[in-house]
Amino acid sequence: MVRFIGFGAGLVFVLALIIGALMPREATVEDPIKKIHLYPRHAQLSHDGPLGLGVFGTFDRAQLQRGYQVYKEVCSACHGLQRIAFRNLGDLGFTDAEVKALARAAEVPSINPQTGEPATRPALPSDHLPPPFPNETVARLANNNALPPDLSLIVKARPDGQNYIYSLLTGYDKPVPAGHDVPVGLHFNPYFHSVNIAMAKPLNDGQISYADGTEATVDQMAKDVTTFLRWASEPELEIRRQTGVATMIFLFILSILSFLTYRKVWANLK
Amino acid sequence: MSFPWANQYQPKSPFMQWVDSRLPVPRLVYNAVGAGYPVPRNINYLYNFGVLAGVALMIQIITGIVLAMHYSAHITTAFDSVEHIMRNVNSGWLIRYIHMNGASFFFIVVYIHIFRGLYFGSYKAPREMVWMLGVLILLLMMATAFMGYVLPWGQMSFWGAQVITSLFSAIPLVGDAIRTWLVGGFAPDNATITRFFSLHYVLPFVILGVVILKIWALHIPGSTNPTGVDVQGPQDTLPFHPYFTAKDGFSLTIYLILFSAFVFFMPNSLGHPDNYIPANALSTPAQIVPEWYLLPFYAILRAFTLDFLWIPAKLWGVIAMFASIILLFFLPWLDTSRVKSATYRPLYKKFFWVLFFNMFLLGYVGAMPAEEPYVRIGQIATAYYFAHFLIIMPLLSFIEKPLPLPNSIAESVFAKSGKKPVTVAAAPAAAQPAPAE
Ligand code: HEC
Repeated sequence: MVRFIGFGAGLVFVLALIIGALMPREATVEDPIKKIHLYPRHAQLSHDGPLGLGVFGTFDRAQLQRGYQVYKEVCSACHGLQRIAFRNLGDLGFTDAEVKALARAAEVPSINPQTGEPATRPALPSDHLPPPFPNETVARLANNNALPPDLSLIVKARPDGQNYIYSLLTGYDKPVPAGHDVPVGLHFNPYFHSVNIAMAKPLNDGQISYADGTEATVDQMAKDVTTFLRWASEPELEIRRQTGVATMIFLFILSILSFLTYRKVWANLK
Repeated sequence: MSFPWANQYQPKSPFMQWVDSRLPVPRLVYNAVGAGYPVPRNINYLYNFGVLAGVALMIQIITGIVLAMHYSAHITTAFDSVEHIMRNVNSGWLIRYIHMNGASFFFIVVYIHIFRGLYFGSYKAPREMVWMLGVLILLLMMATAFMGYVLPWGQMSFWGAQVITSLFSAIPLVGDAIRTWLVGGFAPDNATITRFFSLHYVLPFVILGVVILKIWALHIPGSTNPTGVDVQGPQDTLPFHPYFTAKDGFSLTIYLILFSAFVFFMPNSLGHPDNYIPANALSTPAQIVPEWYLLPFYAILRAFTLDFLWIPAKLWGVIAMFASIILLFFLPWLDTSRVKSATYRPLYKKFFWVLFFNMFLLGYVGAMPAEEPYVRIGQIATAYYFAHFLIIMPLLSFIEKPLPLPNSIAESVFAKSGKKPVTVAAAPAAAQPAPAE
């Protein structure tokens, strides 16, 4: 009985599918954007360690601090970093006093204790980095109706995130292919999914001056800010890798011991 | 339980004697996973995946309980609370990455376990109940994993919930009402996240209950084995402890090494980046895909493009997706071949490998956009899936000429080495627990 019903049901399913597969398809129009769009190119970043395997590498503190400088002087005009508190900047190699000073330079909303009216006060290390715009409407008004996303998780929120951010920031000077029209107010960037991005070219050679004397080329700044954003997305990265290596060594030894145990237990049988 | 030559529990210390005669839990453990459970001596490494699945379930339950202490099930706070776990909770990132990748590894282990069962005919009499409970666990796992994926309330959480729950609206007449009832509104919202959290917390314990029933049912006939020949005597078996605890212990360390490689060095490689973008009902992701372990069934869902026999294509997809798992319940009666192991079934073995490859093909198609050539490939692969179970397997039982089976397990083990079997079993002793005076 089960077999007869099953056989019938099977035949119906197979028929429906085979007829479906044989039906002619409407001619599909090839999306012209797909031809122009580029996949991210590889960003050689020191924290990915030997061979870029991402097993041993740690962040270069000087690079992290330079990246923070790029974020603060350029990106923070449009992009928030709301999941990072000033106290987290200690991870970048800043001393407690430096963190306090960085915080104090920023203003955060508060309430006037005398009048109860809205006011502002200098930030504390426990405060999060203040957003550039008070709300989405203001952000869109200032950016030609596009919304600059918060960057705290951006590296994890894009496929191949680290290479993607680097490629996006360095991908502005590519020539526009013949026959492709860039809409008014947008900018050509083949790494962006629609190849027309609302963000104007944010980085230009020599735009900022690094405290450590590193030359501020577009490529250098892109690498630095990408490294910084990687840290912002995965602040646990270094401790994760260290714990991982220790765990692996432990498990490797354990697996050898358990294999020997297994052999010993079975030895009298064979 | 099980075979008459099984070792009997003999408490060594007076304390254990005292406990055993009042509450025979030590005896229960001894008979379930100790020296009192005889196991076919020739089972291979594929038979370790049952124990590994149990470990994977426990890892999920323990890490899940800890995550629930820090998680906040509300649409305005869910995403932030997950990031709070990742950034501020001590070792929170570790717990969450274990839980996240643990779900994937649970499915990997269970899928291997199922294919092991298909290859060695573990679903056949007298183990039908064991198999059916297993299919039930698979269904519960899928529901649990789907709801868990919704909890971080990222873009894929939201849109996945949107797509999957809207499947129910394909049911004629009552579909929309069912969907509204499931979701708690017209679209996924706060009512959805709270109910999914509640169910996501309780279902793993339901799974645990079914696992216990499954082990109970398994211990009546005991495991199958690669020859598919039944156990005939003490020379065919070894006690679970220490022989298979040692073997399982070794395979567990290998499992943990592979698992750790993902948790520590590529924790997000199995997930979708869009789930790190907070849910936004106004922006649809370019492509909505479920987690990888549901992709084959997603491909089946999308394979139907034709309104056939007055049933719309969308409803066909929904029926087929559910049917693809429900039919597994009937497998013991669809395959009537007496021979269990595919090793001795030359034709079935070939079709088994086609099915195996076909599942990967379905998974690949499930991850691809709904355009040619993927749609056609998906249709043919789905057709094979149903044909395999509903048409080919029943027919094979009639056509196939199985190869000669070995006379016994012991013979197959010792035929090569030419040695005499070493038997490890106790002389039959009092089978009942001694009651307390
Ligand atoms: C003048 C304002 C402005 C500045 C300065 C700016 N951006 Fe943007 N950015 C935008 C806008 C607007 C968008 C949204 C683009 C869109 O959706 O088309 C955007 C989008 C992005 C995206 C997301 C692209 C995607 O895949 O969706 C990234 C990453 C990004 N910016 C990085 C940066 C970095 C890094 C800097 C600093 C070097 C920076 N931006 C500086 C306005 C800005």
